[in-house]
Amino acid sequence: MKYLDEYRDPALARKISRAIHRITTKPHVIMEICGGQTHAIVKFGVDVLLPGQITLVHGPGCPVCVTPLELIDKALDIAARPEVIFCSFGDMLRVPGSGKDLLTVKAEGGDVRIVYSPLDALSLAKANPSRQVVFFAIGFETTAPGNAMAVYQAYQQQIKNFFMLVSHVLVPPAMRAILSSPQNRVEGFLAAGHVCAVMGYEEYIPIAREFKVPIVVTGFEPLDILQGILMVVRQLEQGRYEVENQYSRAVKRGGNAPAQEIIKEVFEVAPRKWRGVGDIPHSGLKLREQYQSFDAEGRFGLSGMTREEPEECISGLILQGLKKPGECPAFGQRCTPQHPLGATMGSSEGACAAYYRYRRFTDFGKPRERGVIS
Amino acid sequence: MCLAIPGQIVSIEGDDPFYRLGKIRFGGVTKQVSLAYVPEAKVGDYALVHAGFAINLVDESEALGVFELLKDIEDIPDESAEGSSQ
Repeated sequence: MKYLDEYRDPALARKISRAIHRITTKPHVIMEICGGQTHAIVKFGVDVLLPGQITLVHGPGCPVCVTPLELIDKALDIAARPEVIFCSFGDMLRVPGSGKDLLTVKAEGGDVRIVYSPLDALSLAKANPSRQVVFFAIGFETTAPGNAMAVYQAYQQQIKNFFMLVSHVLVPPAMRAILSSPQNRVEGFLAAGHVCAVMGYEEYIPIAREFKVPIVVTGFEPLDILQGILMVVRQLEQGRYEVENQYSRAVKRGGNAPAQEIIKEVFEVAPRKWRGVGDIPHSGLKLREQYQSFDAEGRFGLSGMTREEPEECISGLILQGLKKPGECPAFGQRCTPQHPLGATMGSSEGACAAYYRYRRFTDFGKPRERGVIS
Repeated sequence: MCLAIPGQIVSIEGDDPFYRLGKIRFGGVTKQVSLAYVPEAKVGDYALVHAGFAINLVDESEALGVFELLKDIEDIPDESAEGSSQ
């Protein structure tokens, strides 16, 4: 497919790899923010093509992984009600709540449906006026314009049986939280390309300056990721800390203005709890007052519910780049994608799921000598 | 989750910018997506599609940027010779 296949060329990947080897003189820890990038790295063996001095740690950019336990429990509560059609992206169905997951609720008779777009949920609401249709609106800035549009259209068309369970999170506050941690070891970032396609990258400039970290907006194919790493390493070796854009075919400095407008129209910034990480101020979105009638928590009286995380899962440390999946004693034993202890294994794009899928039969705790990009 | 796939716009319907829809072809699969956020889109353009919405068009000239950079890399003498200098 055009704009995908040409960015997977193994010979070109090795060429960039050689360039990274050539300029690397000291150890660097680099975090890729996005779970999609994590998967590409592990799947294509991008990390294996890097010098041993470069460590990639995997960031919090998996919205399914960071959705707090109480929100999953609220989803389970709502989805089990007979009057409800509960719509979600497929990723959320296996993520464990306190007792069960959405797939179990479905098996027990709940009307849980996987949708491709929030507009599909809105169509379901129009087609089923006697039912309450609830969409589980999780995601980062990339997903926010679509979810905002569904609410905006529901408002315009006065659809009264459509609701959103909102768990929207924002990337820059999470980067600040990681960099502010006393245990932080991240020296440079690959910023999430599709988040920046919507938001642009101006908001990263103060972060790069304040924390003296290079930030490179990066795409999702192996060549994109290798080039992004090359650009970060070059900055680190030269002592620079700027925001650069590797993914210029999709990302403009100012982002997508119409998408930003509708996000601002429907949502406002709010504090959010991140699963495994905790509360981060200004790190999420909630529906504005004008659109509160679409809020599922309010509609079903669940606003006050809170939950504590189970202790065995170390996903919080993984999402902050402090541990890797192989350092967890439960990995692949008590914790698998079929029976996950936490969301980094339960989500198809979580870091633990990536290692389970692509590396579980290798000694992935240690870097291999040489890899092949296929 | 923030997965977005590039596909080519094969047809466009509707005039209202909020409700404009496009048929987009991804390899052998065609899907209908909202073009609300790419008002400049026209048939033949490539769009990045996430969860039913085109979130941007792919900039054709910028798409070659990676390969331009690789040309520069080729000019650097091959490994071991220079060690670690920049």
